[in-house]
Amino acid sequence: MTYTAPVKDISFVLNNVVGLAEVAKLPGFEDASPDLVEAILEESAKFTGDVLAPLNWSGDQQGSQWNDGVVTTPDGWQDAYKQFVENGWGSLSFPPEFGGQGLPMCVSAAVQEMWHSANMSFGLCPLLTQGAVDAIAHHASDELKQLYLPKMVEGVWSGTMNLTEPQAGSDLAAVRTRAEPSGDHYLIKGQKIYITYGEHDLTENIVHLVLARLPDAPEGVKGISLFIVPKFLLNDDGTPGELNDVNCVSIEHKLGIHASPTCVMSYGDKGGAIGYVVGKENHGLAYMFTMMNQARHAVGVEGYGIAERAYQQAVSYARDRKQGKTLLGKNEDDQGIINHPDVRRILMTMRSTIEAMRGLGLECAAAFDQARRHPDADTQAKMQRRGELLTPLVKGWSTEMGVELCSLGVQVHGGMGFIEETGAAQFLRDSRIAPIYEGTTAIQANDLIGRKTSRDGGKGMGELLSDMRATLEELKQHDAIAFQAISKRLEPAIASAETATEWMLGQNDATLPAASSVEFLMMLGRLAGGWMMARSALAAKALLDAGDSDAEYLGAKIILARYYAERMLPLVESSLTIIVDSAQTTIELDEALL
Amino acid sequence: MKIIVGVKRVLDYNVKARVKADKSGIELANVKMSMNPFDEIAVEEALRIKEAGHAEEVIAVSIGPSQSQETIRTALAMGADRGILIETDELLEPLAIAKLFKHVVEQEQPGLVILGKQAIDDDANQTGQMLSALTGMSQATFASKVEFDGDHLKVTREVDAGLESIKVQMPTIITTDLRLNEPRYAKLPNIMKAKKKPLEITPVADTGVDVSSGLKVVEVNEPPKRSAGVIVNSVAELVEKLRNEAKVI
Repeated sequence: MTYTAPVKDISFVLNNVVGLAEVAKLPGFEDASPDLVEAILEESAKFTGDVLAPLNWSGDQQGSQWNDGVVTTPDGWQDAYKQFVENGWGSLSFPPEFGGQGLPMCVSAAVQEMWHSANMSFGLCPLLTQGAVDAIAHHASDELKQLYLPKMVEGVWSGTMNLTEPQAGSDLAAVRTRAEPSGDHYLIKGQKIYITYGEHDLTENIVHLVLARLPDAPEGVKGISLFIVPKFLLNDDGTPGELNDVNCVSIEHKLGIHASPTCVMSYGDKGGAIGYVVGKENHGLAYMFTMMNQARHAVGVEGYGIAERAYQQAVSYARDRKQGKTLLGKNEDDQGIINHPDVRRILMTMRSTIEAMRGLGLECAAAFDQARRHPDADTQAKMQRRGELLTPLVKGWSTEMGVELCSLGVQVHGGMGFIEETGAAQFLRDSRIAPIYEGTTAIQANDLIGRKTSRDGGKGMGELLSDMRATLEELKQHDAIAFQAISKRLEPAIASAETATEWMLGQNDATLPAASSVEFLMMLGRLAGGWMMARSALAAKALLDAGDSDAEYLGAKIILARYYAERMLPLVESSLTIIVDSAQTTIELDEALL
Repeated sequence: MKIIVGVKRVLDYNVKARVKADKSGIELANVKMSMNPFDEIAVEEALRIKEAGHAEEVIAVSIGPSQSQETIRTALAMGADRGILIETDELLEPLAIAKLFKHVVEQEQPGLVILGKQAIDDDANQTGQMLSALTGMSQATFASKVEFDGDHLKVTREVDAGLESIKVQMPTIITTDLRLNEPRYAKLPNIMKAKKKPLEITPVADTGVDVSSGLKVVEVNEPPKRSAGVIVNSVAELVEKLRNEAKVI
């Protein structure tokens, strides 16, 4: 159960498809030259393959343990985390003024894919810290930033996001945790659940970001504030001191990510946990949303990261396992089940979909990089629209497909896949959380049709679909049969998405769009993936035409893009029918009859 | 004191080597290349010696094509101070490599040269020994432990009979064995700094060193495939087969 980071594939997308060189021209990103990024990816591959991946299975089996408020991570995790911090991996994309390396989000996303492939439970700790750092960096006072950010960027303190309460899951308006003003701080009281790495033994301090209500706060989402509540209060010199009134009551027993402690946190059992408000009172939810795109993107990366790991194991098993005479094996030594055409179908589906998801994930990250740093305001705005539009696709589609592909990974193993010791089952179990946390797929779909499509009257979507049409025109310039095959499927898929968007925008009532929203999200995700694959094929062709000698590798990119177009894009067309025809029937049956 | 470390760009140890179609050598186009693992150990040892205060500067030296700069950058990212590439597109023999290292030694006057005991591509295991003969420096090959003792080094060597401890006078040449240390991972900030560290490139012709070859590669072939094993019924049968079929006893 080893993991070898697909550095060549990741570099190919960064350099030839999403345009790392363009990103490296942006002010502040000059360091991110292709050769430096290559060196970073290579070293990250070593670290994730040698240090994080070997702890994945043992971490799952042992799990994090709770004992009287103390959480112990599995054997080897403290040492791995220490190395992670010493090697500076946590600081990749953070601003240099707080000790970060200031690298683009597309580079950081490329590195983070490796964390999640190697060990998703481990990767969650820095993922959450990143979310907390973003929230503090964007909205907290300079004083709080100076106190907390350098240690969090370094990774010696971790961060958590405390949103959910038993009655407030997807609906954060229902948050009940209270915050009473008390001098220069607040006293926080209440219970939070599903707090990833809410308590653990990896860092010197844990900085909780907690959503809570002030006594006089307005009802609903406009009355929620965001607080920093450290596990250890800080001494005058900024070092961790006295224990705050924060307690981990228990950890959950879950389907997957066993090594990642999912905590029930209790604040203020002894009178009130000391907290400091981030930004202004009652603006908490808005602050959470500015970092939401990034956090959702990060979970989307988990979706294809875990699928990549499942794919690597499936390929390796399919080469070794022999069952029956294969139709594709050339001789007696060549009878692994990989040479059964149906196993090829599974592996091609996994591989091409992973490449499509990776392409889209990195495209979305590069759009945010442009939005943040491009000197031209119009381009900035357009790229911000693009990044925001792609985010629910990266999150929703990649995590749903992640589960599907990990399930296919089990299937390749046959009965062995159902046996825990094989390891394929762990990837499926771990993958299952990704379509749920950071907003379920339905929440992403809501975001897609509401905030990202209707709100701007379909402007951002129109721009995206027209960029896809431009790619289609490029495809048509090539006579080669593979390119004809891709455009043959891409053209009606784009048209279907255009019609579906019109249908969404044309509904007077929100009910029917809501009923078909997830299908719409999956449709757009598949299509956008196909667009990325088409661009990958065009990039490969351009390199071949320019005399690049790596013909085998580049040829494979074209075949994978064609397979994706033939296997996945027809589903985009059928989605249109499903969206339009089934919306009414979805809600037709009286709820009492369900 | 300066330390010179040799770093060779070789086929990555995870890559299955393939013989070129024309049997002229191993296929190196479009395959992953990385630093010879024994050289990583050499870099690590040099850095540890510097960190312990015994040396001021670690210089990573590579001899090979332009892409060997990446291998030197890897050493710089681990912590070496500067790099020297002697550039050549030809595959040089150990003797030529040793002569080129002698050229660098004469220029830099290091107290210590640390090389991998061999490179995993040709497994020649000759450069360190030849460099010792050419320069007159002492040598401590196959080192599994290196300790400082005044102006001497105490080196534990891995030899066929077990471990051998020797004391050598500096300046000296060490070649590293697998168990000498475990090389560090490059830290992210150091990878970024490595780009700005000095790397001097000299074409092999400018060194004035005679690198002409005395050997010619006739043909490269895959090792023969292993045939299936057999189960023997008795020790006597085993001995008989070893003697008459395998002809090893």
